[in-house]
Amino acid sequence: MNQHRHLDDELNSLRDRVLLLGGEAEAALQKAMHSLMDRDSDLARGVLNHDDAIDRIEVEIDRQCIDIIALRQPAARDLRFVISVAKMAPVLERIADHACNIARAAIDLNNEPELKQNIELRQMAEQASAMLRAALDAFTSNDALEAREVIKRDIDINELYNRVFHNLIERMVSEPSTASRDARLIFVAKHLERIGDYVTDICELTVYMAEAAFIKHSN
Amino acid sequence: MSAQLSKSVDPSTATIERPDYSIETITSAAKITVRHLNFYYGRVQALFDISLNISERIVTAFIGPSGCGKSTFLRILNRMNDIIPATRVEGEVLIDDQNIYATGIDVVELRRRVGMVFQKSNPFPKSIFDNVAYGLRINRMTSSKRELEGCVEQALKDAALWVEVKDRLKQSALGLSGGQQQRLCIARALAIRPSIILMDEPASALDPKATSKIEELIVELKKQYTIVIVTHNMQQAARVSDVTAFFLLGKLIEVNLTEKMFTNPDQKLTEDYITGRFG
Repeated sequence: MNQHRHLDDELNSLRDRVLLLGGEAEAALQKAMHSLMDRDSDLARGVLNHDDAIDRIEVEIDRQCIDIIALRQPAARDLRFVISVAKMAPVLERIADHACNIARAAIDLNNEPELKQNIELRQMAEQASAMLRAALDAFTSNDALEAREVIKRDIDINELYNRVFHNLIERMVSEPSTASRDARLIFVAKHLERIGDYVTDICELTVYMAEAAFIKHSN
Repeated sequence: MSAQLSKSVDPSTATIERPDYSIETITSAAKITVRHLNFYYGRVQALFDISLNISERIVTAFIGPSGCGKSTFLRILNRMNDIIPATRVEGEVLIDDQNIYATGIDVVELRRRVGMVFQKSNPFPKSIFDNVAYGLRINRMTSSKRELEGCVEQALKDAALWVEVKDRLKQSALGLSGGQQQRLCIARALAIRPSIILMDEPASALDPKATSKIEELIVELKKQYTIVIVTHNMQQAARVSDVTAFFLLGKLIEVNLTEKMFTNPDQKLTEDYITGRFG
């Protein structure tokens, strides 16, 4: 039974590390958006400086997954868990990369005159953060039902993105002096929209982990 | 997933399944059919109400903890348990639609059709050639020396042993390595042209390289034979078999496609066993 306890310990440690990575990605996103909304470039630089630490967590998860597969040969739910985690870690790391891109945009924009606050962009960020948190909760509790519910919410982010995009284009036309800053905000909105897609990927992996059902590309 | 794609999918119902590949379709044409089988050692019941289809030209693996009845069940398929006193069988075992426990069945003929390879290689203390030729001779299956030699050569080739022994066929089989002896036993079983081969932990006493050769051989042999293998090594079952059956305490808990069994078994008991939670 000792061998099985070792495997359980390793799987628990892997789960903790994924949640750590998820928490770091979520924190990076929130800080990046605060740095943009509150015009706090120091906060943005903090996000960029912390990205290497996030990358290292991803590499540790990769290594741990490979070790478990090579040394423990997991099967059934254990195998699905390890495979899901191995595929989830780079997705979480990429979310943190998008947060870094938002932080870079914030640093640029903070050096220029302030624009009128964009409420929908803030809503997008809140929605993306909430979805990421819910996706990590669904993963933690192995809850495919909740993961499927989170996937449905990606539509809301996409609709918000379309609204932000059109509003900013309209302003670029009516106020050409803000065009370069608005273009940067469109990129920020696109990063948030992509984060919604990545959260969907995480939820699809949770559904696979819980039910062994492949729902990605299922149209 | 793109923004556009996510709108067109209803995630509450969507799944992707492989079409037309299930345990039902793969076992629909059964070579062996077992119905409501009970088996007793004296008054002790060892197998309980086993029903199972085993398909032609695939590898079916039996897994389960020690004492679960998988080897007992394997030996039922060519009536090897008959030689153990006070054993009793209830139920039906059909091979090619013929009940092998019906009265009047020629057990020697049955065992010619259903060959067996054991855990420990058991070559006769004879030459390599005579080991393979033994069954052919006692069954009078060849009419000339040349034909006999041809059949021995073919059996050794089928067992992936010919290249290693062709220059020393007259030497004692006992001089072969453990892995070679096991392949010789497989050649001996193949020589009399069975349609089914039963293997009771055929690689458990071998090193990884010899095990790998036996596993490659099993995968090759399934093109011509129906193979049933008992193994304690779950990774071996995963590597070589198409269908896996899990036994526990004399009961058949689950039969499933091997890939399904090892990624998403239907029964919790199976999941607990293959993930090492018990057994």
